[in-house]
Amino acid sequence: MIAYLGRRIVQSVLILLGISIITFALLYLLPADPVRQIAGRSATPATVESIRRQLGLDQPFLVQYGRYLANLLHGDLGRSYIQRSEVSQLIISRLPATLLLMVGAIVCELLIGLTMGLVAAVRRGSRTDNSLMVASFVGVSAPQFVVGLLLLYVFAVRLSWFPIGGYGTFRHLVLPSLTVGIMGAGWYARMMRSSMVDVLHQDYIRTARAKGLGRLKVLLGHALPNAILPIVAMVGIDIGILMGGIVVVESVFGWPGIGQLVWQAIQRVDIPIIMGVTLVSALAIVLGNLLADLIAPFIDPRIKLR
Amino acid sequence: MTNPTVPDLASPALSAGSQPPAKPRPGVLRRLVKRRLAVLGLVIIAITVLGAIFAPWLTAFGPDEQLFDGLTLSGEPLPPNVTYWLGSDLLGRDLLTRILYGARTSLFIGVVANGTALVIGTLIGVTAGYLRGWIGGALMRFTDLMMAFPALLLAICLAAVFEPSLWIVALVIALVNWVQTARVMFTQTSSLVEREFIAAERTIGASGARILFKHILPHLVPTIIVWGTLGISTTVLLEATLSYLGIGVQPPTPSWGNIIFENQTYFQAAPWLVFFPGIAILALALAFNLVGDALRDILDPTQRGRE
Repeated sequence: MIAYLGRRIVQSVLILLGISIITFALLYLLPADPVRQIAGRSATPATVESIRRQLGLDQPFLVQYGRYLANLLHGDLGRSYIQRSEVSQLIISRLPATLLLMVGAIVCELLIGLTMGLVAAVRRGSRTDNSLMVASFVGVSAPQFVVGLLLLYVFAVRLSWFPIGGYGTFRHLVLPSLTVGIMGAGWYARMMRSSMVDVLHQDYIRTARAKGLGRLKVLLGHALPNAILPIVAMVGIDIGILMGGIVVVESVFGWPGIGQLVWQAIQRVDIPIIMGVTLVSALAIVLGNLLADLIAPFIDPRIKLR
Repeated sequence: MTNPTVPDLASPALSAGSQPPAKPRPGVLRRLVKRRLAVLGLVIIAITVLGAIFAPWLTAFGPDEQLFDGLTLSGEPLPPNVTYWLGSDLLGRDLLTRILYGARTSLFIGVVANGTALVIGTLIGVTAGYLRGWIGGALMRFTDLMMAFPALLLAICLAAVFEPSLWIVALVIALVNWVQTARVMFTQTSSLVEREFIAAERTIGASGARILFKHILPHLVPTIIVWGTLGISTTVLLEATLSYLGIGVQPPTPSWGNIIFENQTYFQAAPWLVFFPGIAILALALAFNLVGDALRDILDPTQRGRE
């Protein structure tokens, strides 16, 4: 277990290192010149060069990357080119909003997805089952920005049940969470259905029924917990998908999280912020996967960590 | 299921030693059209393809044509009406025309990007699964690395590096989307390599190329078909998202994503400008998901007998 954990942590660090190299290289190749962005249009060539030297952007790629990595090891993600504040500070100030959105999204997708999957599995082969599975496909195929804009139009513009955008209260959270959650709900509904169908075919379910337990009791007491556990472990893997959605959803709803931060940074070629947010998202994804793998043997003792 | 005599390409017992049948699985299409959802998917795909091909004949307007009476007197877009069936956009262009021409973009990206992703993924997955050793290990570690990359962020960075054009957008999407395919191909190949009939081929002196192309690849065909179909859905969604963010297909080339991007400032007053292209994206992605899922049920032996 300890050896496994050690190996996985080393692997994770290597993955993050690889991601930092690729992202840094991509941003190095960027045709847009960050120095031009900082200096402004009217700057003289001399000013531009001095800013370039100040930021160390005149150095060769490996020197720049080495310097970045050395700073990273000290927990320093550098300073924003435009706002001059520390990237780590910017990310930390934006992170709570994004985390809140993710929690909201996970609650939404589990609530909707698991219920749909459960009902579909119990009523397997029925019309309800079929329509629920079609609905799950629609959820999976719906582009998030369209879902977001439609929810905004119906529930905020037309019905005024929720605010049009912004951040702060519970009512602000509902529509963005639902937007991110609908796609995930589709996946969870399908997984929950097949997991539940598997469990309902197990011998112990027949035994429980045979010893005279009521249908509902077997369903909720015996089948549900066993079917739900492997699904809940998927949440760790899900973080990657959620992370992908935040740029779009935060920009539709004006949600002040790291998705907005990085989107603004991309438009202004603010490389340190893009690097920082990419690394933080990758870290979240790697940790999520690690967590999912570590939980697995507790849920299913047949799984051995190797 | 309905026709038990259909030879099963994926089962080793039947195809071991013998040549795989020249026409792959005659029953697949027949079984596909027996599923109502798959038929719905096929119909949507057919409509989209026909609409894209025959766009110039289906509409009286040009995709970039700013129509004289395409805006109200105060310069607002027109809601759906008799002349402009789906209304007009902010620049007074016919929305139906732009959606029809946008189908070309979506299908082009869907086929090119997903085809490229499929080739990259299959090459890497099969190579890693067949060779194993340090090359295979290195390839799979690289795949793991790409799995941990926040996909949309990577696509945005790539799109920002290159000047966006139709081909570049397709390439960017391919570079992001090959990862899943590679994983699946790797798993399948490495379990195939362990099978007896491959060992038997080796003992009679078959070359590596012969084993790969005659025995391993034919077994992967069902998986390639399934992932090829499901992948188009992902591709269509990613293209729409990139174009919506303004870094995908660039106006004036119409794409369902950039139609929404161009008009979204106005969507409270003119919701149809978001609604119709949105439905188009959803329908096409849904169609490929439905067909892909049905194909998986039909082609994937591990899924058989589950329902």
